[in-house]
Amino acid sequence: MTTALFSIAGAVAVVAAVFVVTSRRIVHAALWLVVALGGVAGCFGALHAEFVALVQILVYVGAIVVLVLFALMLTKAPTNPLPNVTTGRSPFAAVVAAVLALILGAGVVLAFGNEKIRPVTAGSAQAVGTQVFKTWVLPFEVLSVLLLAALIGAIALSQRPSQTLPSQKLSEGSDTVSSSGKED
Amino acid sequence: MPLILPLLLAVVLFCIGVYGVLARRNLITLLMSFELMLNAVNLNLVAFDAWHADGLATGQTLAVFVITLAAAEIGLGLAIVLLLFRGHGHVDADAARDLVES
Repeated sequence: MTTALFSIAGAVAVVAAVFVVTSRRIVHAALWLVVALGGVAGCFGALHAEFVALVQILVYVGAIVVLVLFALMLTKAPTNPLPNVTTGRSPFAAVVAAVLALILGAGVVLAFGNEKIRPVTAGSAQAVGTQVFKTWVLPFEVLSVLLLAALIGAIALSQRPSQTLPSQKLSEGSDTVSSSGKED
Repeated sequence: MPLILPLLLAVVLFCIGVYGVLARRNLITLLMSFELMLNAVNLNLVAFDAWHADGLATGQTLAVFVITLAAAEIGLGLAIVLLLFRGHGHVDADAARDLVES
């Protein structure tokens, strides 16, 4: 049962991921990213990692894709199909990706071809939460400091040079907050 | 469930992401391809967590950490892309040959 669910969600994720990297409309690529990330979230659910699946939907679909759409809007991305979305070396890129898939796939099959995931009853957010705040509490705190540093870095990068007038700064400050406050 | 199924799915997703990073022209689609690759890594972590089942929830915790890192990464990456757009007027990865403001 879980195998069937996992296969369906995985197939959806792979098809949507192919559309993400090949779609000629950039906004459509961003929307296909929602489907791909949702498919991966379904895979997490089939693997009994319900907490990770919910965090995936919350953070990725709720925050990251919205941020990407904001960035597309701010960079005036064209909504019509583009003639040249890929660079001239896209055949080379396809060859590299295919060879990498072959090597990684062969290695994975050779190493773990006969292993099975034992069925578990259900995943629980309580177990994950207990471990986060017991075993992994130091990495958790380091990660929160890193997130704060990334936030400050994004705000510092979004500042314009200082010759702007204070009245202009005020309106740009709200722009900065709206573009970088979405990230967590 | 065979362990090979999620691992092969992760390999396919990762390689689609590699193709996107190498082939796409727009910098924002490059960042979207990075997200696909990070998702493949997360899939590996969660699959090995379900296989190993050590009671510490190592893989799931690391997957949540990687999702947080992805949020930080895309925030900074989009700030840099917007800065590039402000300075050069485009977000083309091939045309951005110098990073000084023009």
